[in-house]
Amino acid sequence: MRYAMAIDTNKCVGCADCVVACQTENNVPHGYCRDWIVENVEGTYPSLDMKFQSERCNHCENAPCVRCCPTGASHIAEGGIVLVTHDDCIGCGACVESCPYDARYMHPDGYVDKCTFCIHRVDKGENPACVDVCPTYCLHFGDLDDPNSDVSKALKDRSWYVLAPQAGTEPQLYFLR
Amino acid sequence: MKEELIVSGKHLPDIYPVLHLWQWEISLYLFLGGLAGGILFFAAYFFITGKEKEMPTTVKWATFIAPLAIAVGLFSLLYDLHHKLYFWQLFTTVRFTSPMSWGAWTLMIIFPLSLVWLGSYMKEMFPQWDWKFNFLNQFETIVIKYRLSVAWALMFLSIILAVYTGILLSAFNARPLWNTSILGPLFLVSGFSTGLAAIMWLSNDEHERKILSRIDIFFILTELFLIVHLFMGFMAGTAVKLEAFHLFIGGSFTISFWIFVVLLGLVFPVTLEILELKGFRIPKWLPPLLILFGGLMFRFVMVDAGQITRFLY
Repeated sequence: MRYAMAIDTNKCVGCADCVVACQTENNVPHGYCRDWIVENVEGTYPSLDMKFQSERCNHCENAPCVRCCPTGASHIAEGGIVLVTHDDCIGCGACVESCPYDARYMHPDGYVDKCTFCIHRVDKGENPACVDVCPTYCLHFGDLDDPNSDVSKALKDRSWYVLAPQAGTEPQLYFLR
Repeated sequence: MKEELIVSGKHLPDIYPVLHLWQWEISLYLFLGGLAGGILFFAAYFFITGKEKEMPTTVKWATFIAPLAIAVGLFSLLYDLHHKLYFWQLFTTVRFTSPMSWGAWTLMIIFPLSLVWLGSYMKEMFPQWDWKFNFLNQFETIVIKYRLSVAWALMFLSIILAVYTGILLSAFNARPLWNTSILGPLFLVSGFSTGLAAIMWLSNDEHERKILSRIDIFFILTELFLIVHLFMGFMAGTAVKLEAFHLFIGGSFTISFWIFVVLLGLVFPVTLEILELKGFRIPKWLPPLLILFGGLMFRFVMVDAGQITRFLY
């Protein structure tokens, strides 16, 4: 089993509904966020090209945060979801420093927090909150090993890219072009 | 033109717009770790080579600083933790892929060992010293009997301690400035040089200081060579390495690095040390003070600058 997410950059309008849904679903403290929207503008006026990307933890196959965690609080759960056990975390910040995507933050309660792919929902067979709430249906979630999953179907006949592949982290967020 | 904006508001404290989660606590600890490593290494080295009588400050007196520096460094690390009361979690597991884990274990072993080393010399340094409890006296006899083994262990661990201060940073491939394998040797040489400086400052023996000064000149020149090497690596590197390089050439760390670290912290003191060996009279405190200042500054610059550099995507 390998959970992954595909983000259709052609459909994303940057409304940030996924950001708010995540904050509500996961009780993210005020002023913090586990996912965010990046707006890319390329070209020279008047021929400009704009693209939105909904970004979050990449749940890397080769996760540097898990490698450098001194206590084992950062770990890879079943399905490849990278998680932090709050009670094992000492808040040293090594994982925050190690993430090329800056996807982790120090929770005001002292532990490191990040996107969990809403594992509490996924375990029940539901989608992550951001996926369910997206008004343009640009987020696709599922198991890559299952050819009938939403994400496998989305990736099948589209070209895609991942973020900072040169970091060697094997990220599992796929951005559809 | 390419422009990238985060429009949903990712104003995470300590992360946005540039990462600055690790601050003075880490820099101070890296400095004290290297300093303690240097002092312990040379104490053990001169004991093993049988120069205990010739180098009394190095082998005995200066080792007062080591446990003190480690203790202050540990408090600084503890202060940096955001889940302070959970620090013991570090010692419930050994994780070889995490430099911080084996660094914590090294500290756990070298700290008591440095106290044992110092304790075994207390009666020699202070003839009136009394351990009060009999078991401590017995323990002292055992330590003195096995001092050579303790010295070997200290020599080995002090190298790990000093190298670790560099590897802690170089293990993060997300920060291109740090992610170079030369950082380990560089921090080792720099840490040992600050250790030598501290011993030189304490020593009143002309002969001992000359020996230390000769070694220190070698270490500082090696450090300068490694710094040149580091920047040559950046110059020949990829876009992210070049970005790191430009922080030091015309960027915001140009003055703090080249003037304070390289010129005042390395070139100037090494020149003074060479002049002193040639017979010029140089104030005893000046070269060590500059070296210690340069060492501390170096760690501040590296920790701050490293967090600015990142992967471009």
